[in-house]
Amino acid sequence: MLPAKAAHTALYRSLYRIRHFEETVLENFPKGVFFGTTHTYLGQEANAVGILSHLQQPDIVFSNHRCHGHFLAYGGDPRALFAELMGKATGVCGGRGGSQHLQWRNFYSNGVQGGIVPIATGMALAEKIKDSPAIVIAFLGDGTLGEGIVYESLNIAALWEVPILYVVENNRIAQTTPVEQAVAGSISGRFTAFGLPVLELDTSDVLLIHETSHILLSEVRQKRLAQALVLNTYRFGPHSKGDDTRDPEVMARLQVEHDPLLIHGGRLSATERNAIESEVRQEIEADFHQALEDPFPVFDPQENA
Amino acid sequence: MTTVLESLNSALHQAFTADERVYLLGEDILDPYGGAFKVTDGLSSAFPGRVLTTPISEASLVGVATGMALRGLRPVVEIMFGDFLTLAADQIINHAAKFRWMYNEQVRVPMLIRTPMGGRRGYGPTHSQTLEKLFLGIPGLQVLAPCALSAPAQTGVPQSLAAGGPGDLLYRAILTTEDPLLFIENKLLYLQPVQDENSLGEYEVRLQPGKDGTTRTPWAPAYSLILRAAPPPSLTIAAYGYMAELARQAARQLAYEQEIFTELVILTQLAPCSMQPVLDSLKRTKRLLAVEEGTLTLGWGAEVLGRAAEALGPGLKACGRVAAQETPVPASGALENSVLPGVTDIFSAAIQLNRL
Repeated sequence: MLPAKAAHTALYRSLYRIRHFEETVLENFPKGVFFGTTHTYLGQEANAVGILSHLQQPDIVFSNHRCHGHFLAYGGDPRALFAELMGKATGVCGGRGGSQHLQWRNFYSNGVQGGIVPIATGMALAEKIKDSPAIVIAFLGDGTLGEGIVYESLNIAALWEVPILYVVENNRIAQTTPVEQAVAGSISGRFTAFGLPVLELDTSDVLLIHETSHILLSEVRQKRLAQALVLNTYRFGPHSKGDDTRDPEVMARLQVEHDPLLIHGGRLSATERNAIESEVRQEIEADFHQALEDPFPVFDPQENA
Repeated sequence: MTTVLESLNSALHQAFTADERVYLLGEDILDPYGGAFKVTDGLSSAFPGRVLTTPISEASLVGVATGMALRGLRPVVEIMFGDFLTLAADQIINHAAKFRWMYNEQVRVPMLIRTPMGGRRGYGPTHSQTLEKLFLGIPGLQVLAPCALSAPAQTGVPQSLAAGGPGDLLYRAILTTEDPLLFIENKLLYLQPVQDENSLGEYEVRLQPGKDGTTRTPWAPAYSLILRAAPPPSLTIAAYGYMAELARQAARQLAYEQEIFTELVILTQLAPCSMQPVLDSLKRTKRLLAVEEGTLTLGWGAEVLGRAAEALGPGLKACGRVAAQETPVPASGALENSVLPGVTDIFSAAIQLNRL
């Protein structure tokens, strides 16, 4: 079942919003408007958009260091995210967290690899205990698979039967370390070892991810059991800023062959695409400039005593 | 008299009865075993479904509890030996303790981690440590340590929950904490009776609620013990946990054998640092001895002395510390007695300080 035309354009809008947000971040980082560092989601947009377009209101998302795409696909405000990266009082967490530490409604992220996995699992347990309809979606990367706590948590999730979908975005590189040098054996096998059902996709097509995750999320909702989705994907940008050690020629080819915007954009007319892109660009530019104007927070020793 | 163990066990039962959001996670905590030190005895029978026995996965179970706390429950975690807290350090420091502040006060993590610490049982280097100093000074993390004292039980209150006692401390912490809280139970305290000013007839016992503005647990008290009818004390001894018991024995010996009179100040809140009761005592005595079971370097006692020096300046006549030797804790009782601080060490250090 393919989504209707309106859904096609909505998906493209979401993809492009993330793409343009992240491009704006990388473009402006050298100008000194942001603090610290950042990890962009360029190339992986179809994962967040395809999965999170199925979210229901009480659902919970726990993301990682590369969280901008997840946050925006969750419905987060680009201005609040720009402001957070700029360390402004209007940021998602008032400038306290920065790029990797976001919390808004039922969206959470943290910057330590693996540590979010038990917490997301515990959230799913809590929702099960409370008999709530909510489910949890936790995003991991291939690099995270090196952390032992991931396996402790998968074991517990399987034993205690909690409603969670683990999504591994295997972008084939952890900072600068290729997956072949860091992950032995199969990624899916890590889930089946604990008796957790897993599906694996090798695609950048948002529709395929959308359809597959619909099936998985419906199962998690109905059976209240943990499941996993492994998405073999591509990170187009550097790990953070300017730290890409990969061959530029290879990267250029991947960006032609696996760009989720090119793949899904082909389903829209040039006029439709241009209209969406123009609107989103205006929106993102406005958000960026508003965030620039926003005030910095002030540390209050009294409040923090 | 109720023992510390009975008091803690009773507090868990009462907390489970009082609030259905309270859950317990830990290793080997189900009946009939009821936990390695039996603090959780009977809970799984009384509250089936709310006591979750876990795999041997300390890091993950603290994380799972953090997730439960973020979503509105009040989980209690038992870490079988305090030594194993290091396995969960990332979850405690980089996750649970960070979230409230890092997420701009938008969330709360009402999770309590209970764990037995300390030696003198011959368990050897990895099951006998006093490691709480590693977790002091972590923003967002409270650390409490009960002692074997309470106020006299009020009418209608079970003795196990007498105000300020270990049961009361645990009960209130489980039900009211808004932040992750480490609850340090010294193993040798478990079988001690919980005493009050009636049973400790020769001491004047004053209980002061924590209130110096930094505390998030205003009911975590400090105790002050002075021998009745003794001359004014010339030395403040600061201690917590089981060391407070040893310090009380030393204080008695100092009075009767050396005519050195002391005020023993026992804290139950270790973090956030709440030192006012010690400073109040020092205004009278001008001399300070801090005793702890952990190793000396960069320990709790160093912070006590630092705060005292800042507050009193030249008014502080003398100060010193008693702590463990800088080695792992040996298994052999003969060695362990030499490594861990005892009554004699406190006694000798007090005599030295009193000469200055």
